[in-house]
Amino acid sequence: MSEHTTHIEEHRDDEASKLGMWLFIFTELLLFGGLFLVYSIYRAQYPTNFHEGSLELSVTIGAINTIVLLFSSMTIAMALTAMQKDNKKLALRMIAITLVMALIFLINKYFEWGAKIHHGLYPGSDLMALLERGHLLYFSLYFFMTGLHALHIIVGMILLIVVYFKVKNGSIHHKKYVLLENGALYWHLVDLIWIFLFPLMYLIT
Amino acid sequence: MSNNGSHITEYKVLARVLLVLMFFTFLTISVTSYNLASFTVTIALLIAGFKGFMVLTYFMHLKYESLLLRLLVSMIFLLFAAIVLITFIDYSYR
Repeated sequence: MSEHTTHIEEHRDDEASKLGMWLFIFTELLLFGGLFLVYSIYRAQYPTNFHEGSLELSVTIGAINTIVLLFSSMTIAMALTAMQKDNKKLALRMIAITLVMALIFLINKYFEWGAKIHHGLYPGSDLMALLERGHLLYFSLYFFMTGLHALHIIVGMILLIVVYFKVKNGSIHHKKYVLLENGALYWHLVDLIWIFLFPLMYLIT
Repeated sequence: MSNNGSHITEYKVLARVLLVLMFFTFLTISVTSYNLASFTVTIALLIAGFKGFMVLTYFMHLKYESLLLRLLVSMIFLLFAAIVLITFIDYSYR
């Protein structure tokens, strides 16, 4: 056997992996889509309550978080470009920056939610029970939608941490980077959802 | 890896997309600070739609993906638009 050169044929189909990721993204879009639908119906029914509710939110924090997420979306896209160009060092740096941005987003969210909870405004609180129906719906949707979004941020961070170490140990390289690509797609999805959440939750007139 | 997998988006293209997205973020904030009645929501949603389109096209590389995938993504958004439309027709005429 020694005279034969062993040729290991790896079975993989990057196009199929990516299509699978997109199918998953579709389910995520419809999940949030359903929530946006609920939001629009109730906003149409209680326009003034929703407007008053949005005044309780800080547009500044929302805007900072929007910029943080947009920036992180660019850095993870750059990580993919760097990987395709076989620049491992830059790819690692870009993934790290993305993770730091994600953390900044969550810290902002922590202070934002923390202030609300401190004032007794959280799902199931006594204060929430006393609110007018429109306010109650606005804040319930606010907590549920931004909470579900924050959960996606955390999941995205875990995924990107895995990707980071796989790039580091060389199992993701410039000829095999579909996991980085799919991780980046997930991260862009999180950004995409926030692009709609921000004006709908923070900027209601 | 077929033709689409090997496409590399240059750093400067990504940076430019970010600048466009930031510009439109500030535009939404300034537009919605004026109360233009129902127009405000429309404008905010149009801007968000455009920003989403930019993210899908450049950051998510849809521009260089297969026609199949681009069609699938468009169908999902059309499906969602149809659901919203049908629900609102139902709510307005009951």
